[in-house]
Amino acid sequence: MAKGDPGVTTRGRRAAPRAKRTAAAGDPELVQLLTPTGERVERAFGPDGTEYRVDFTDEEYRGLYRDLVLVRKLDAEATALQRQGELGLWASLLGQEAAQVGSGRALRGQDMAFPTYREHGVLYCRGIDPIMPLGLFRGVDQGGWDPNEFKFNMYTIVIGAQTLHATGYAMGVAMEGRTGGDDGEAVIAYFGDGATSQGDVNESFVWASVFNAPLVFFCQNNQYAISEPLERQTRVPLYRRAGGFGFPGVRVDGNDVLASYAVTRHALDSARHGQGPSLIEAYTYRMGAHTTSDDPTRYRIASEVEAWQAKDPIARMKAFLEKQQIADAGFFTEVDEQARTESVHLRERVLAMPDPEPVTMFDHVYPNGSPELDEQRARFSRYLESFEGSAH
Amino acid sequence: MATETLSIGKALNAGLRRALENDPKVVLMGEDIGKLGGVFRITDGLQKDFGDQRVIDTPLAESGIIGTAVGLAIRGFRPVCEIQFDGFVYPAYDQIVSQVAKMHYRSQGKVRIPMVIRIPFGGGIGAVEHHSESPEAYFAHTAGLKVVSCASPQDAYSMIQQAVASDDPIVFLEPKRRYWEKGPVELDAPLAEAYPLHSARVVRPGTDATVLAYGPMVRTCLDAATAAAEDGRELEVVDLRTLSPLDLSAAYESVRRTGRCVVVHEAPGNLGLGSEIAARITEECFYSLESPVLRVTGFDVPYPAARVEEEYLPDLDRVLDAVDRTFGW
Repeated sequence: MAKGDPGVTTRGRRAAPRAKRTAAAGDPELVQLLTPTGERVERAFGPDGTEYRVDFTDEEYRGLYRDLVLVRKLDAEATALQRQGELGLWASLLGQEAAQVGSGRALRGQDMAFPTYREHGVLYCRGIDPIMPLGLFRGVDQGGWDPNEFKFNMYTIVIGAQTLHATGYAMGVAMEGRTGGDDGEAVIAYFGDGATSQGDVNESFVWASVFNAPLVFFCQNNQYAISEPLERQTRVPLYRRAGGFGFPGVRVDGNDVLASYAVTRHALDSARHGQGPSLIEAYTYRMGAHTTSDDPTRYRIASEVEAWQAKDPIARMKAFLEKQQIADAGFFTEVDEQARTESVHLRERVLAMPDPEPVTMFDHVYPNGSPELDEQRARFSRYLESFEGSAH
Repeated sequence: MATETLSIGKALNAGLRRALENDPKVVLMGEDIGKLGGVFRITDGLQKDFGDQRVIDTPLAESGIIGTAVGLAIRGFRPVCEIQFDGFVYPAYDQIVSQVAKMHYRSQGKVRIPMVIRIPFGGGIGAVEHHSESPEAYFAHTAGLKVVSCASPQDAYSMIQQAVASDDPIVFLEPKRRYWEKGPVELDAPLAEAYPLHSARVVRPGTDATVLAYGPMVRTCLDAATAAAEDGRELEVVDLRTLSPLDLSAAYESVRRTGRCVVVHEAPGNLGLGSEIAARITEECFYSLESPVLRVTGFDVPYPAARVEEEYLPDLDRVLDAVDRTFGW
């Protein structure tokens, strides 16, 4: 690719691989519908020639912007809560809002999502109360919601393990005959660039492929696995790995909410119609630390962060809305105000989360219980009660 | 009532067949379990009768088997996973310990993983390495898993059905060298009337010493008891059946009568189940004991080459030697 190629690409133009690739406007490997400066690209093509476009109403464009801002604000609030000692840890999504909002809004009601521990934006788009994962990070529970109630699995901390769960779930969807039409069900598995080195992720690629599971693998390539850069995980663009497993792969500009939506919606619809799995590599950047325990200044330079700052997902959406006169100053103020209100509300509720009673640690180990545990619980309760003035 | 003479392997096959018939959500998954019927033929004929959506030949990756089974369970299926040999379960260890075992706990009871993980375990078949191991302690040590082992055709038949019907995730250890041993099986007996899954059972009453065993060692201990009887010593043999949670009520009752206890397993002794059992019996039966609880186990070495496995495995003589030592303490 010569620098400065126009942003829209068509299939089969360029076959010669290059030694090093970067994501930029005009990169033929990157599906993009909104440039970093907020210019709309009418349509874009994937490596297999698939055409991607979106046709949103002004209301829907504003809705996506609202999602992006709210998700970033709630995330910032959680980071602040950790800094103030109210959360034990927080894994910020800063910089990845477009990949999460775009893919999250692409899900249909019947679709099922399997997140990592960073998909707060997808969770929000599923209509789930953002307080739910904060119990996990505060340490008052282990994130215990019902995946089937919200069509959103519990967060998974072990890297890549959830991709196999998503695959099995998707196999179940197919076995129940719930694919093959517009009302078919699809499943999405989230993971990061580091996870692509895990055996479980590669096994899930094999499984999904040979069982033709209705599954979308959504890899947010945020360039770092804690401190290790992408080069330590792969020598080929991640999306191209799909080819070796026998399903399509596409790289999308993960800072472009429109393209993230278009690519994910297409992949989900393909899966729900029984056309099997696909891999989306959302090319993005983790603007913050891996978690609040991390110090990214030790392993990456400021100029790299600044370069990505120029591709910010919210700034480009705002520029687009302004240029196209889809939103006015009053709208932006109103969204900021809503974000502030929701984050204050979130903070109040986090601070009000009670610590669990110690004896509840014995709850729910087994569906059918265990006489051994009953005995341990009883003994521990008696021990607690033996203290003078015990409230237990 | 139809009572048939079946091997443990055939009884497991019959039990799995019943489980597939009784619940359309039951699916079998594993390597070579379809057309081949499994390397030990435990699933023989089941894919032919129930189809390849219910009896699934999986790609060759154990973590994938267990991990996808977790997803199927979240979807509402009841997966029964076959791990081909004990020594091949370790690639799935993370999924079993971090995911299967914890899902119900983490979800505060909202997610159930009614999964059975069948593992042919133990030695004695002259196999090459990784085909003769006894990994029960790893799983019994993990909260959230239940672990059982069968030792007779009747138990094989009913326990596998009980395990499939249970909402708990269960590691089901099959005594591979006893697969071909035969015994009576009541095929039509209602499952609800079967002996409870998580209960130990006295399989030979006796008065002089208590011998505790499970899986392949139950037969060894029964043989030892027969030999001891010829010398005028009556051993009470308890088949533990459930390894997690342990059911030691029958053992306590027995040891309070006999005052002597020997625990037998193939797995290495160091931090094995025998250690936990000895500690509990000492705590519960302290004033009844005439000698310490002794353990007869595999040695603390990697499972040895097949030509010396008979020396590694506890046998009748080593069991009787331990019983003798409880009398000479």
